Amino acid sequence: MSHAHTEPYAPVFTAGSARRRELDELLTRYPTKMAALLPALWMVQHDRGWVSDDAMAEVASVLDLTPAYVKGVVTFYTMYHQHPVGRHFIQVCTTSPCNVCGAEAVVDAFLRHTGCFELGQTSPDGKYTVIEVECLGACGFATPIMINEDFIESVTPEKVPEILSGLA
Amino acid sequence: MGYPHAPHRREALVLSKHFGETEATTLAGWKKRGGYAALEKALGMPPADIVNVVKDSGLRGRGGAGFPTGLKWSFMKIGDGKPHYLCCNADESEPGTFKDREIMRWTPHALIEGCAIGSYAIGAETCYIYIRGEFTEPIARVEAALAECYAAGILGKNAMGTGKTINIWVHRGAGAYICGEETALMNSLEGKRGNPRIKPPFPAVSGVFGQPTTINNVETLAAVPPILQNGAAWYKQWMRADNPKSTGTKLYSVCGNIQKPGNYEVPMGFPFKEFLYDLCGGPPQGRKFKAIIPGGISVPIQTLDEAESSFMDYEGFVAQGTMLGSGGVIVIDDSQNLVKQIARAARFFAHESCAQCTQCREGTAWTTKILERLVAGDGSPEDLDTLLSIADNMTGKTICVLSDSCATPVVSGLKKFRADFEALIKTKRTILVPAVA
Repeated sequence: MSHAHTEPYAPVFTAGSARRRELDELLTRYPTKMAALLPALWMVQHDRGWVSDDAMAEVASVLDLTPAYVKGVVTFYTMYHQHPVGRHFIQVCTTSPCNVCGAEAVVDAFLRHTGCFELGQTSPDGKYTVIEVECLGACGFATPIMINEDFIESVTPEKVPEILSGLA
Repeated sequence: MGYPHAPHRREALVLSKHFGETEATTLAGWKKRGGYAALEKALGMPPADIVNVVKDSGLRGRGGAGFPTGLKWSFMKIGDGKPHYLCCNADESEPGTFKDREIMRWTPHALIEGCAIGSYAIGAETCYIYIRGEFTEPIARVEAALAECYAAGILGKNAMGTGKTINIWVHRGAGAYICGEETALMNSLEGKRGNPRIKPPFPAVSGVFGQPTTINNVETLAAVPPILQNGAAWYKQWMRADNPKSTGTKLYSVCGNIQKPGNYEVPMGFPFKEFLYDLCGGPPQGRKFKAIIPGGISVPIQTLDEAESSFMDYEGFVAQGTMLGSGGVIVIDDSQNLVKQIARAARFFAHESCAQCTQCREGTAWTTKILERLVAGDGSPEDLDTLLSIADNMTGKTICVLSDSCATPVVSGLKKFRADFEALIKTKRTILVPAVA
């Protein structure tokens, strides 16, 4: 993932690119172009680290939608980043089943050990962003967390330093 | 099996038999375990016969609503000249529930086989498996299994050499609980905001892309191949003698304050008391169970008495003041104040409300504010009346049931655990956990 968000936006679906071919293949699976919107946004986020207004405009143009429409969809879903985030995006589940098992202490431990002062804020070194997430669907393995695309189960406050030291 | 535990002798292993076996995730491993024989059999049957077997088996939707699966399939009119679609609801996000995740992680081919049979039975050439965006590992497993199936000719334009087209694709969600609601799921699949639609029209008439559509849960579809292979009577061996309305086996996800959290598969009608103590090991050392939410956070909270008197099936849980729901069993022990957990549940619903309906958008937010005020020690006796009044306005008045789901723990909590609320008002003491310095 690239996180240099000061650079101008580099289009993802340029003619002849691998992403473009991937998108074209994807379009054969649906009767409408609009249906490829969520997958296209995933590709953009994967390649650019977040979904900027420029990215929304590009996706809109390749799928024959308006940028405003795309923004409306992006803002509905919590997983699309509308701002740049830390290199390691840490989501800690704190919904009721994890809450009764002590998830709040796991959140505190991540905030403390990453140097993120607040939930949703990126650490000064740009390395971490920590958020609370609603039910990750792994309640029997409290507390589950996600770091970028990776799931880690049964996290306790004591395990947090070791988890963080394993991240590049 | 009680993944991640060794199977308990009283479990009935149909769906979870191969959980934990890495080899079962591959096509070769799945075939070795009898996989795709049911699909081969199905493709040689008239679709109506498949629907009848599923009807006779008594299989009901495992996502929460419990609608009879065969009946749902029979609403799809084959030969109406329209494209039909099957959607598999793998947006598992009901707090307390993590069973579909294990099905997809360990037995992705069981799900694919169920999807293929379901597609053929309802006259659909395309099936979308809508998986919640956070489930990166299940997505990878299902996609790898699909790739194996296309390469082996099980899926595609000439599925298993029969000349029939069956395409199955994974569609990744992007973080929205409401997309587990079937009409919201269809909107999301179409590339829209995940707002639920007003019914009617029902999906079988106008579903995804405006075409006849059936939506089934992962666990429901994964149960279809063994039913087809072994017959309806075989599936009906698992039920209470006096309740033929709930048949087969059911996966339960168990979490919260309990010795052995995890997934368990037991026959319909299993005694809940024995389940909680014998299979799941009872409460943590030195504590007692206080409250049980047996079907995901949206169903009414049970007292321990109610839970211990329940039989685990659709009717058994209703008889004890709650619902089977998704089978996500959340256990809360006597170290917890219920209000804090109800407040947390309300915050969840407020966060996940799509905000279309006023009652839900405003109701979930106000319910959360009042409950969090109580938790902070700033509540008043009038707050309890206000909560009930808001809950009344949130129930039965909106496009979907998210609003009702938020009201449910408030109403059942106040009815059954009022002392927890009153203790907070009387002592004016916060039960917030202070942040670690």
